[in-house]
Amino acid sequence: MNGSLRIPRDMLAEFDRLQQQLRGAFPRAYSAGSIRATARDFPAINIGSTPDTIEIVVFAPGIDPKSVELSIDKGLLILAGERRNDQPEGNNRVIVYAQERVAGQFRRVVSLPEDADPSRVNATYRDGFLRVSVGKRESSKPRRIEVQS
Amino acid sequence: MNANTRTTASETELDQENFGALLPPVDVFEDETGITLTADLPGVSKERLGVKVNGDNLLIEGDVSVPAPQEMELLYAEMLASSYRRSFTLSRELDASKIEANLKDGVLKLRIPKAEEAKPRRIEIKAG
Repeated sequence: MNGSLRIPRDMLAEFDRLQQQLRGAFPRAYSAGSIRATARDFPAINIGSTPDTIEIVVFAPGIDPKSVELSIDKGLLILAGERRNDQPEGNNRVIVYAQERVAGQFRRVVSLPEDADPSRVNATYRDGFLRVSVGKRESSKPRRIEVQS
Repeated sequence: MNANTRTTASETELDQENFGALLPPVDVFEDETGITLTADLPGVSKERLGVKVNGDNLLIEGDVSVPAPQEMELLYAEMLASSYRRSFTLSRELDASKIEANLKDGVLKLRIPKAEEAKPRRIEIKAG
């Protein structure tokens, strides 16, 4: 990218560029795992790993957690739900100036690693994000192997 | 310091702070009595949200707090911003002193009423 051509005050474009770079810095291991687990704009997903669990954070504001369908099938974590359009209905005097928030049905699929244990899943929702913690099978946990002399 | 230099200084400061902050998506609706602004701020709690009015400038900012286990390694991320920030210019007929803010499940809803005299009203035409 030619730095001298960049408009210094265009912070938005600068941020977009930075975000793209950062996204590229993470391997697409999960999104490439399954044809069903394609990256989508909404809701955004982060995936992390601890020695005991796989941690998935879904940024899904304004959702009734009871209406979210969360399931694990064939190594895929599936999250589906619907977000209602907030526009007041039946009032045609309402003027819409911006409608950037995603409304309607959404579905995101995460390809879980092989050591995920579908029987140990914990999900909580607060402040507009859903955190799903999937346990790892005992046998796959890293362990220290003693070297015998 | 005159008014002009003050504006320049605060703009520079704003740009620097804005770096790395995400622009939250918003809906803006207007009806007869005011404007409703809805913003998606997932990960922001009430304690970490700021809604500020300075003159005709409305600023929404919030810090993202998603607690993670200490030994967690991030493998894949679509959301890396640690804060949200977006500002709007209010017009004169809006009553900034009566803004109501409500944050629920990461969604901020602001109701900005119109000043009484600015509400559209029907003018009766009397027969002469």
